[in-house]
Amino acid sequence: MYDKLMPIIDTDKCNGCGLCVTVCRCGALVLEGNVITIIEVVDCGWCTQCELVCETGAITCPFEIVS
Amino acid sequence: MAIPLDFLKRIPYFAGLQDRDLASIKNLFFEKTAERGEMLALEGDPAEELYFVASGVVKVLKTSPEGREQILSIVRPGESFNDVPVFDGGPNHASAQAMGPVVLYGIHKADLETTIAKHPRLALNVSMVLASRVRNLVSLVEDLSFKQVIGRVARILLENSGDRSGPRPQLTQQDMAAIAGTAREVVGRSLKALEEKGAIRLEHRRIVIKDKEALRQIMAVP
Repeated sequence: MYDKLMPIIDTDKCNGCGLCVTVCRCGALVLEGNVITIIEVVDCGWCTQCELVCETGAITCPFEIVS
Repeated sequence: MAIPLDFLKRIPYFAGLQDRDLASIKNLFFEKTAERGEMLALEGDPAEELYFVASGVVKVLKTSPEGREQILSIVRPGESFNDVPVFDGGPNHASAQAMGPVVLYGIHKADLETTIAKHPRLALNVSMVLASRVRNLVSLVEDLSFKQVIGRVARILLENSGDRSGPRPQLTQQDMAAIAGTAREVVGRSLKALEEKGAIRLEHRRIVIKDKEALRQIMAVP
């Protein structure tokens, strides 16, 4: 089940490259112990750039589809 | 400034070259930094330098007259951009933009040509890199030309929109790309197009279907 509040990090897939940190506009992502961690989600605009640049598919930004 | 030898060793352009050769080649590079959103190359402009991304991410894109963006590739550390204009001498076929703070290592066209003349192995490496680039672009052209991706995305949205009572399905753009049999970049463009048509609204973590009938009509276009 997807978390509804923040991008989802699969720490098993994360290779610690840090590219998501460089593209994150709101500073929500940090590298801790070579693994990406989310520290702040209040300002997350759900731009999905972190998902786009992640080569290993460790970050997902799911959309809820409502009618 | 000279770039780290270890960096050169990791990039496909210089695979198989001896350390002593790389040690002289690295002195030809210069460093360039850019901030998020900075344009690093503009479509139509001449290009005199080839760039390798040292850190950060660069997107290579085309922009339509209406301002719609199509990402051609995401350039990650160790990968290059500006290859095409540097090698064929023509103008840039696409623009390049920093997606965040980036550090680049650049080499002037003349220095690159001299280096390739000295090291034939490099020419083979460049061929392989460019061939891989052609494969990726052909795949993107196929997606954009032959697949009615926008119709498929419309169908995916209709089929996965939950009613207000039960649990609502959630999909990433990668999920939708996998279902539609296309690239994530094409799904992103399709979602923007559907929003421009007034069929959906993109919100934080939500895709709101505004006009089901419009989605059905888009889906029905062969």
